[in-house]
Amino acid sequence: MKTSSEKPGLFAASFAAVARAIASAVGLVRTHPWLSATSVVGFCAVIAVCTLALTLERPPLHVVQTGFRGTGMQAVFNDHDLLAEARLQHADAPLPAVQLAGRPASEVYKNVKVLGAVDANEFLRLMAAMTQWVAPATGCAFCHSLNNMADDSSYNKIVARRMLQMTADINRDWKAHVGEGGVTCQTCHRGETIPSGAWFVQPAPYGTRGLTEADSGQNIVSPVAGLTSLPYDPLTPFLLQANPIRVTPTSALPSGGVRPSINQTDWTYALMIHFSDSLGVNCTFCHNTRAFEEWDQSTPHRVTAWHGISMVRAINRTYMNSLVGVFPRAMRGPLGDEAKVSCDSCHAGAYKPFFGASTLSAYPALSQVSQDWTPPAAPGGAAP
Amino acid sequence: MLENRARLKDRPGGIEYQNLFNRVQIEGPLHPGPPLAAGSEPRSFRPAFSWLLGVIGSNQVGPFYLGKLGIASLICGFIAFEIIGLNMFASVGWDPVQFVRQLFWLGLQPPAPSWGLRIPPLNQGGWWLMAGFFLTAAILLWWVRVYRRARALGMGTHVAWAFASAIWLYLVDGFLRPLLMGSWSEGVPFGIFPHLDWTASISIRYGNLYYNPFHMLSIVFLYGSTLLFAMHGGTILATSRYWAEREVELAVDRGTAVERGALFWRWVMGFNATFESIHRWALWFAILCTLTGGIGILLTGTVVDNWYLWGVKHGFAPQYPRVYAPITDPGYLRGSVAQP
Repeated sequence: MKTSSEKPGLFAASFAAVARAIASAVGLVRTHPWLSATSVVGFCAVIAVCTLALTLERPPLHVVQTGFRGTGMQAVFNDHDLLAEARLQHADAPLPAVQLAGRPASEVYKNVKVLGAVDANEFLRLMAAMTQWVAPATGCAFCHSLNNMADDSSYNKIVARRMLQMTADINRDWKAHVGEGGVTCQTCHRGETIPSGAWFVQPAPYGTRGLTEADSGQNIVSPVAGLTSLPYDPLTPFLLQANPIRVTPTSALPSGGVRPSINQTDWTYALMIHFSDSLGVNCTFCHNTRAFEEWDQSTPHRVTAWHGISMVRAINRTYMNSLVGVFPRAMRGPLGDEAKVSCDSCHAGAYKPFFGASTLSAYPALSQVSQDWTPPAAPGGAAP
Repeated sequence: MLENRARLKDRPGGIEYQNLFNRVQIEGPLHPGPPLAAGSEPRSFRPAFSWLLGVIGSNQVGPFYLGKLGIASLICGFIAFEIIGLNMFASVGWDPVQFVRQLFWLGLQPPAPSWGLRIPPLNQGGWWLMAGFFLTAAILLWWVRVYRRARALGMGTHVAWAFASAIWLYLVDGFLRPLLMGSWSEGVPFGIFPHLDWTASISIRYGNLYYNPFHMLSIVFLYGSTLLFAMHGGTILATSRYWAEREVELAVDRGTAVERGALFWRWVMGFNATFESIHRWALWFAILCTLTGGIGILLTGTVVDNWYLWGVKHGFAPQYPRVYAPITDPGYLRGSVAQP
């Protein structure tokens, strides 16, 4: 039995020494003439206020009820965020109308592949608009050789033809998602040669790791999934490949068949956060969150979104993928794939691109695009 | 307090200090506590005083009874901690800056669903199984230690059983439910945000845990515990000016302090717990929180697949009037529900 008169052991002594050092530091600080109780409280208050100011949203917030009372279905708007968003969602006014030439572009210009049926003057007007939408800084030279406008040597021109076909397809076949308002080049490009929501298949960011845990596709900061630790590339399995998104069963009790896992739910969850981020909305824009899977409790927006998923898949697989060999290596992703479309490509943070403003009707030429042309396998070679 | 009583039994008349309920720190002779029974392992770490610890608790640190069980538990815990930590470190390419920046995001994931209950290679979830094994071993060894230390002091084993209730929930989440589901992937990943994401995903996958009656009970006991804690702590502190904390004396004569606390609650709500029963309230609320929670998780996916629909089936999930024109699953229109 140890007696009480013995000196403390190493563990307890060092523990006590550390505690004593902190205590004396506190004591030292307390003797400083500037540090009264008031100033300590004041300092803590300043820290608290700064933390709150940086953490919380600046009021006022507006809450709009969007579902039956008590279900928590509501849209939340912040004036300051809306103002910033409104600047991003500004669509250019359409170019002035022109007098029709009465002859199709194919008869006036050489090497017109997809816009041949368009009136020649309307064709020029569309070219001017596209320059403004896609490459305002570089101008015509972004796609054309200025010495010979018919020359096809620029890969950008090949891409532009394919994108015209895509735009026409979206406006014709995907009205369930884009409505009558439709899309133009501007919906995605907004003055940028590469739309901001473009994405590539993401390789494991930290490579292979030998004996330690292999990349699980998650558990690092995921910018696509709203900075969560959910999967960092939820776009490839759902917006390029057609993996099932639905994870919640439609019967109360377990039944046979394929049963989605909790891990699979992480992937769906990450995709949904991408939707939410891209549209600047919360879950209840589409869902009644007490039962995400129930269609009869969802809002009509969910149907629109459902068609949007199919549309983005089709765009990525039919149009973007056909350009993989056209893009030079430097324009492709880390795995050699082509740039792809996400929800953010068009929406850019708004529930409707440009808050629903449309200039499509001012450019009838966009509906006269020929689908007969296919992009050549370009010098870059076949897709990897 | 109990240690004090044990000493009283061993050395009659030897009250060396009284547990006065104030913030005065008394530094008397350091004492290692009562003699241990024959066959006990020695206590380590000779005691010392710490003023800072005295602010939040007793100012005497040590001695510490570690014993073989404690050492085995700490070693197992350390192994689990290292497996998790080093795998996290590897997951950012051994970059110390990213390890610190993304620490809360990093995790160790259970095996993928395709592995079922088979043992995967280390880098495919084997580390998760191994970390789980050692963490469980550490926790169970610590439980035995808690039980045996209570016995050694002649106490009841209430604390050990409360701890066992928490271990039950831990085992259900990470081991028992994955076993019943036939897949390790159903288990909880290690990591701060990853394990929180798991809680969100299990609720979404199984149709909203809020409609799980055992989840409801667990929440009742969780919130109830905080309420009881506030009521009890508040009552005792408020009556300590009348020596309510001096339980040794109050065991003999309840005195004005206890009566005041009792009277207060009778006035406020017509009923009061006793000094004895309030601790049963507190212990059972805490125990039932994890006990019911564990049952709720164990039933999830094994017996019930969608808790919301189960609530509809049993008539307790309210049905609200429609706000929008009826919509149907557009998947039906295309002839394929699975797309997308």
